[in-house]
Amino acid sequence: MIQTLVILEHDGHCVKRASLSAVALARQLGGSYALGVLGSGVAEIADSVRSFGASVVLVADHPALAEPRADCYAAVIAETARQRGASTVVGTSSTFTKDILPRVAALLDAPMLSDVMAVEIKDGVPCYQRPLSAGSLCATVKLQGDVRVLTARGTAFHPPSPNGAPSPVEPIAFDAASLPNGTQFVSRERSTSTRPDLTEARVVVSGGRPLKDKETFERLIGGLADALGGAVGATRAAVDAGMAPNACQVGQTGTVVAPELYIAVGVSGAIQHLAGIQDSRVIVAINRDPDAPIFQMANYGLVGDLHALVPRLIEAVRA
Amino acid sequence: MKILVPFKRVPDPGSSSPYGMSEARPWIINPFDEIAIEEALRIRERGEAREVVGVTIAPSAAEEQIRAALAMGLDRALRVDDRRELDPYAVARILLAVVRQEKPDLVLMGKQAVDDDANQVGQMLAGLLNWPQATFVSKIEFLNGGQRAQCTRETDRGLEVIAVNLPAVVTTDLRLNEPRYVSLPGLMKARRRPIELLTCQQLAVEVQPRTTVAATSPAPRRSAGLKVESVEDLLVRLRQHEKVL
Repeated sequence: MIQTLVILEHDGHCVKRASLSAVALARQLGGSYALGVLGSGVAEIADSVRSFGASVVLVADHPALAEPRADCYAAVIAETARQRGASTVVGTSSTFTKDILPRVAALLDAPMLSDVMAVEIKDGVPCYQRPLSAGSLCATVKLQGDVRVLTARGTAFHPPSPNGAPSPVEPIAFDAASLPNGTQFVSRERSTSTRPDLTEARVVVSGGRPLKDKETFERLIGGLADALGGAVGATRAAVDAGMAPNACQVGQTGTVVAPELYIAVGVSGAIQHLAGIQDSRVIVAINRDPDAPIFQMANYGLVGDLHALVPRLIEAVRA
Repeated sequence: MKILVPFKRVPDPGSSSPYGMSEARPWIINPFDEIAIEEALRIRERGEAREVVGVTIAPSAAEEQIRAALAMGLDRALRVDDRRELDPYAVARILLAVVRQEKPDLVLMGKQAVDDDANQVGQMLAGLLNWPQATFVSKIEFLNGGQRAQCTRETDRGLEVIAVNLPAVVTTDLRLNEPRYVSLPGLMKARRRPIELLTCQQLAVEVQPRTTVAATSPAPRRSAGLKVESVEDLLVRLRQHEKVL
């Protein structure tokens, strides 16, 4: 029996570091936890997570799981939770867990909370904190029932450092022939970017609508990000206008980030965007409007025309 | 093909209303659901669907948003009368009962509602139905005479294309389309259209929310910092004071 099943995410080669944030949540919940790795040819990935204090690393390794098709993954995860008697299934919030874990909750007849930011055990009962209303409110939530599914907001929990005795690895028993077969993987457009991942970058440079077009966005935002070795982010408006891919969207409806340095260029500061950056250590805003809401939360503000300021900033950083 | 579009009314996140959390604040159709309605209408308009039915679970005060959805072009609109604070799983269970009654070939809905940002209902509904799902979709094409939907998904790892057998649940992302503008005459016309009323009792579904919000508090806010005069000044601060560069 384990108390918590932590589902890890990987790209076929490595575990995504941010997905280990969920291990920190599992530890706060108390009790034993297992790590779950699903995929095809993932023995080495499973081996790489043996030093995170789990009672066991559970591996479902099968060609049918080569791509994370939600119907198949959810079936295997729910069955594993049942077999192992896990009362909580948890993963770090990402499009991978957002796709799969609610389906797991339905299969387990369990309630679910997304984007848990903190947990406090009061009289043996966990109280969870999560954002509401585009992050303007923080709700304290209680759950009923014996089983629950959670996603952890990655920026709120630190991935643990590896230490301790290696966990045993055990295969997950499942019948591949009985998996759902209504979903076919067709293709994935691999990002050709050599820039760091948004959730893992030390520096993030984001652009908003005033960047005008894709070329200007790439030249100024991409240029500054490259000069700083950072990742590129974008506001919803910039994504909407086709200046940047959706995978770059920072905010409550995109990716929540917490880098050491966040530079917002031409970002006015819509609440749903601010909710996605507020745990950054240092925020810099560059905007021509001195009254833009972003200045209310930026550590440093530079008022002026971004088309003049950003090229100078790139030049000065590179100098 | 018949398409069911569940939609939710949410407080307008763009308005700074003086009404706080009261009913008097401005409400809108959840923007992601509006994109789902628009997509369903376009599928019908290009001859690939014959009927688009909208459903919302809400008190009667949601009439304005239901009328707006009808004015966009829904063939029928249903309202399941419920004034409780439901959680996503309770909503999914009610929608399961609606799906069993309406028998759509496709459920199309927003990936998340912008009030609680749970991003759960579509996936839960697909799980309860044991249907395939395609989430965060920015493009839909139908294959094999409408037996399958090929969907482009917006993921953290970039665009992913999957094909799902119908019936299926598809949730919409931002870039799928730009919802149409509803004209005032269109809204006036929608005033005379019927809204079909349902209850959980009629649907023979009993739900009890298992998620309880015990308290809410304003999220911690950062305070305004320093306005610097120049690029050089900024770099000095970032390098010497903050040591982030």
